[in-house]
Amino acid sequence: MELSGGEIVIQSLKDEGVEYVFGYPGGCVLHIYDAIFKQDDVKHVLVRHEQGATHAADGYARSSGKPGVVLVTSGPGATNAVTGIATAYMDSIPMVVITGQVPRPVIGTDAFQEVDTVGITRPCVKHNFLVKDVADIAETMKKAFYLATSGRPGPVVVDIPKDITDPNVKVPYQYPEEVIMRSYKPTVSGNIGQTRKAIKLIKEAKRPVIYSGGGVILGEASDELRQLCHTLNFPVTQTLMGLGAFPGTDPQFIGMLGMHGTYEANMSMHDSDLIIAIGARFDDRVTGKIAEFCPHAKIIHIDVDPASISKTITVDVPIVGQVKPILLDMLAQLKSLGETFDRARIGAWWNQIDEWRGVDCLAYEKNTDTIKPQFVIEQLYNVTKGEAFVTSDVGQHQMFAAQYYPFDKPRRWINSGGLGTMGFGLPAAMGVKFAHPEADVACVTGEGSIQMCLQELSTMLQYDTPVKVINLNNGYLGMVRQWQEFTYKSRYSHSYLEALPDFKKLAEAYGHIGMQITKKEDVEPALREAFSMKDRTVFMDFLTDTKENVYPMIEAGKAHNDMVMAPSSKYKRILA
Amino acid sequence: MSRQHIISVLLENEAGALSRVSGLFSARAYNIESLTVAPTQDPTLSRLTLVTVGNDETVEQIKKQLNKLIDVVKLIDLSESFSLERELALLKVKKTDVMVQKIENLSAESLARVTDDTDDYLIIELTGEKVWLDDFLSSVEDEVLEVVRTGVIGLSRGERSLTV
Repeated sequence: MELSGGEIVIQSLKDEGVEYVFGYPGGCVLHIYDAIFKQDDVKHVLVRHEQGATHAADGYARSSGKPGVVLVTSGPGATNAVTGIATAYMDSIPMVVITGQVPRPVIGTDAFQEVDTVGITRPCVKHNFLVKDVADIAETMKKAFYLATSGRPGPVVVDIPKDITDPNVKVPYQYPEEVIMRSYKPTVSGNIGQTRKAIKLIKEAKRPVIYSGGGVILGEASDELRQLCHTLNFPVTQTLMGLGAFPGTDPQFIGMLGMHGTYEANMSMHDSDLIIAIGARFDDRVTGKIAEFCPHAKIIHIDVDPASISKTITVDVPIVGQVKPILLDMLAQLKSLGETFDRARIGAWWNQIDEWRGVDCLAYEKNTDTIKPQFVIEQLYNVTKGEAFVTSDVGQHQMFAAQYYPFDKPRRWINSGGLGTMGFGLPAAMGVKFAHPEADVACVTGEGSIQMCLQELSTMLQYDTPVKVINLNNGYLGMVRQWQEFTYKSRYSHSYLEALPDFKKLAEAYGHIGMQITKKEDVEPALREAFSMKDRTVFMDFLTDTKENVYPMIEAGKAHNDMVMAPSSKYKRILA
Repeated sequence: MSRQHIISVLLENEAGALSRVSGLFSARAYNIESLTVAPTQDPTLSRLTLVTVGNDETVEQIKKQLNKLIDVVKLIDLSESFSLERELALLKVKKTDVMVQKIENLSAESLARVTDDTDDYLIIELTGEKVWLDDFLSSVEDEVLEVVRTGVIGLSRGERSLTV
C-alpha cells in the first residue's frame, strides 16, 4: 500500500485502534486534515482552543485507560497545547500529541507560525520526535504510542513538517507490529527478594498504613490492591490521584492524606511503624515537612519508575516494577505464609484510628442560610448515587469534591493533581463523555477555573456530550483567598472576581441549559432536575458561602500531626 | 557528603539528544562541571562524559533521571570503579625562558608538549587528570593568555566496559 505522509498519520492512528482525535486545524496540518476528511474510522473532534483538545484527550485517557490523541497545527497551535501536555506529564497520562511543523526547508528561518516545538515541549513530555522523512512517520507513530502507554505512561509529541505530509509524495506503508528500542526497556515484574523483605516487614508491623496513589489506577491494579488490603486488614489512605482505586466507602478507608487529608489519615501516617506506598510518589502536598515525615516508620515503596524511589523520602524496601504483578506476587507470598491478618492482630492500632475518626474532621457548619460548598458535593453524591464520573478544576472546589464524594471505582475521579491546571475540568469532562457516552459526568468547578476553558461549551453542543457543570461560585479565587486569610492577615490581593458573567445566560447563549441556585433547599431538587435531563448539558451556578475554607489543612512546611481544623470543630488546631 | 562524580553515558546519536541531557540538569538544578560528547566507533551512538558534584542521594537521582531519558542507552559512574580519567587543555603563552623550561620538564613525563611555535607565542598541549590540570594552570596563571579545556573523559580499567 502506498500512502502520502498525511494519509500515513491517519492510517497509523487507525492501526493503533484510535477512536477519537481531539484537534484544531491550521496551515501546517492541512494535508493531514485532508486525509481525515477522506475516511470515517478515526473521528475528529473540533475543539475551540488547543488547550481544550489536550485536556479533552486527557479526560478520555484517564477515564478509559486508552491513550488520548491530539492533533494541532504549528506555532500557536503547539504552544496552546503545552499546558495540557504538561498537565498530562505531571499525572503520567498516556497521550500522543501530533503537531504540525513548518516545511523542512524553512525550519530555523523564523517562518510564519514556526516555533521549536520539540524544544518547548522537551521538559514536559516523556519523549518527543521531529520526523524528518515521510518514510519514518509510521515507525515514529508506533514508537510514540509504545512510549506513551508503557512503563510510567506520559505524553509523547510527534512534530511533523508540512512538506513530508505532501499528498503527491507516496511511499510504501506498513505499520510495524512492534518496536524495539535498545534504550528503553521498562521494568515489569518486581524483584522477588525485595517482595520477600516487604512481607517480613508486613508480618512485624504493629501500626501499618497502606498509602496508595495514582499508579494503582494507571497500572490497572485496583482489584489486586483491594485483595491485598482486605487480606491484610490494614488501614488504607489514598492520594488525590489514587481516589477510587480502593473504595471510598470501605470501612478500611481512612480518607485522603496530605495537605487537605483527613485527621485520621495524617495522624496514622505520622504514628505509623510501616508505610506501604503503592504507586505513589511522596509528593510535597502529601509529605508536608520532609524532616518530620513518618518519623517512626519503615517504608516499602512499589513504583514502576526507579527515579521515584528515594527521590525525596528515603525508603527501606524499594520494589521497582508494575504494580499489578508485584501485588499478585505479594498476595501469593502472603497466602503461602498461612497466617491470619485479621483486624484483631492490630487491634490497638485500629482503636487508636477509630478514636481519631471520632474527631469527625470533615464536619462543617450546617446551620447556616448560605449554601455550603460541601453540602452541594454531598447532594451531588446522593443524586448520582456515587456513580458519576467527576472531573474538577483546581482550587477549593477540587478539594471539596475529593473530600465529600467518596469514589468506589477507579477512573471516576478526574483532576489535575500534579500540575494543578485551572481550566482542566470542562474539556476533561467532555473527553470522559466521549469514552463513556451513557454515563453521568459532572464537572465540579469554580467561577475562576471555569472561565479558563469556557469556550469548550460550544464543542460540547456540537458533539452532543451532555455534562453537568457544578459551579461552586463564591466570587473568590477561593484557595488563594484561603491562603491569604491564613498567611497574609486577610489581605485579599486580587482574589476577588468582580464583574462575573451571568453564567445562566452564558450557558443559554451557548445553547445549553443554565440554572442559578441561591437557596440551600433548592440544591437537591435542582441537581435532580439537571441529572434527569440526560441529553442536555446543564450549567448549574451555585452561589455558595463566600468565606468557607477547606479543612483540615496542613499549612506549607508543617508536619502531618500539625493540622488546622475547622472553626466549627470543637478541636481547633490539633498538635498531637 | 558532596563529591565529584564522573558519569559516562552511551547516548543515541540523534539530533536533540544532548539538549535532553543538558536540559535535565538545568530543569532539576543539578550541578554540571564539564560535559563532553562525540560519536563512538558505532556512529549511531555517542559517548557523553559529564562531571558533576553532589551528595550520594543527589548523584543517585541524577543517574536515575539520566537513565529515564529515552535517548540514554546505558551509563556508568566512573567514580564508583577503578577508572582512568584524562582531560586535555590547550594554552597560549608568551614564549619566555622560564616557560620553555617548565614545559621541557613536563615533556619528559609526557604531560605536556609544545604544539605550535609562532612568533613569540607558544601553544602548549597538556594532558592529565583534572586536578593536575587545575594545579598546573593556577601555577602559571599570570603567564597564560588563553586556555581551552575539553572537559574530563574516562574509562573504567580492566575488564569492565560500557558497551551496548
